[in-house]
Amino acid sequence: MRVERELDEAFRRDWGRVVATLIGVTGDWDLAEEAAQEAFASALTAWRRDGVPAQPRAWLITTARNRAVDRIRRERVGAAKMREAAFLNEPDAVSAAAVDTSIPDDRLRLIFTCCHPALAFEAQVALALRTLCGLTTAEIARSFLVPEATMAKRLVRAKQKIATAGIPYRVPPAHQLPRRTSAVLGVVYLLFHEGYVALDRPELCERAIQLAALVADLMPDDPEARGLHALLLLLHARAAARTDPDGALVPLEEQDRSRWDAAMIDAGTRQIRDAMRAERPGPYQLQALIAACHATAPTPAHTDWARIVTLYDGLATLVPSATVRLNRAVAVGMSTGPDAGLALLDEVGDHPLLPAARADLLRRLGRRADAADQYRRALAATDVAGERAYLERRLAECIAS
Amino acid sequence: MRYLLLISADEETAAEAMAAGEFGTFDAWMADLERRGGLQVHAGLHPSTLATTVRVRAGEVLLTDGPFIEGREQVGGLAIIECADLDEAIEIAAGHPAANIGQVEIRPLR
Repeated sequence: MRVERELDEAFRRDWGRVVATLIGVTGDWDLAEEAAQEAFASALTAWRRDGVPAQPRAWLITTARNRAVDRIRRERVGAAKMREAAFLNEPDAVSAAAVDTSIPDDRLRLIFTCCHPALAFEAQVALALRTLCGLTTAEIARSFLVPEATMAKRLVRAKQKIATAGIPYRVPPAHQLPRRTSAVLGVVYLLFHEGYVALDRPELCERAIQLAALVADLMPDDPEARGLHALLLLLHARAAARTDPDGALVPLEEQDRSRWDAAMIDAGTRQIRDAMRAERPGPYQLQALIAACHATAPTPAHTDWARIVTLYDGLATLVPSATVRLNRAVAVGMSTGPDAGLALLDEVGDHPLLPAARADLLRRLGRRADAADQYRRALAATDVAGERAYLERRLAECIAS
Repeated sequence: MRYLLLISADEETAAEAMAAGEFGTFDAWMADLERRGGLQVHAGLHPSTLATTVRVRAGEVLLTDGPFIEGREQVGGLAIIECADLDEAIEIAAGHPAANIGQVEIRPLR
């Protein structure tokens, strides 16, 4: 049993690193994945027979590399490509890379390449989950509610584009780094957001958090990477209380706070505190601070709305978007009063959540007919079942009284 | 890596911009490409109204007076470049003045 446990652990910890290293050495994504798979498969027998090696990762990388070499030798007909030939003749380079901690982690190159802006979002996420997190094609397909064959095709096409269109396998040079880093963080955030708004697909959120943790780890000097990880933890900590047993959305102030994940809130709070130490606040850090205000308030009445408004002021200067203006207006509505919030909502511009936000503030003012009208508009703007159930309940309350 | 850059735009907008002298950064783009040393082919095209499209069906040569896809957006120029990777090709494409009003499609060459 111990070997199985060690292997599970090694898979979680080292899969991405083995694949990343093998792509770096062979330049061939399919070969890298297959070789990594074979290495993990053969580890079970070998480790049972010989015991778990002192350096499991080095063992796995060396074995995967040998498998890749075997495969190339077997499949090689006529003249081999230069790159393949070069690495066949350097058998020690890989094992050295596996144990020498001064060699940069290849997973950083891998995440930047997976999230290259020339790839579509679906391809970026699928590649990252497959190569970095070791999810199977079937698992990724299930997460995105598409047939496995569709997902397989998507992965093949993405890998083909990387190879044929010349997407480089590297950490971008300094002049591209800020933009490319935001692209990576954006992919992870978007993945989380898909799960968050759907209400009934928590696995997307969990996978996004897994990636966010990895990215924060790989970019220790980037406070926004930590900020994003913190934000996702603090939002997802409320998951169990966000819907009722029927799947209907439960608004923040009605949530049973004892069902929030305290450990996750702690982890998120720690992460945002660490991020803020760099004194380079950014949009993810500010959003994490806002989420922390909610997550650490023992009751809705304890929520520090004034501080939340201030944080949104900061966010609005960095990201002058309709979403930020809408959320800021709601916060002002809670801090100063619904009238002030409604006035600000008039300046938001077009936003799908505008009717729901208006409805909520009108309801607080006791303007039930106006609120009902806005709830009807909000219902017309969403087809998420859990959100509709909540809006219908509110609409019924407004009409009944 | 070798790439084809297909430069396209709304022909009317492009003609107006050209007439108004808003295409002024074109020299800078050429100078940058010469400095990189990767420009293999570059050509501007006459408007698509002057195009002739040829199809052969059942052995018969069929001609259409106009481009193969009708529409406001038309290819107005092309370039073949040699550069390190897609990132460099994107930089070059983004520097083309027409990218500001139309778009540049990057296609790797076989």
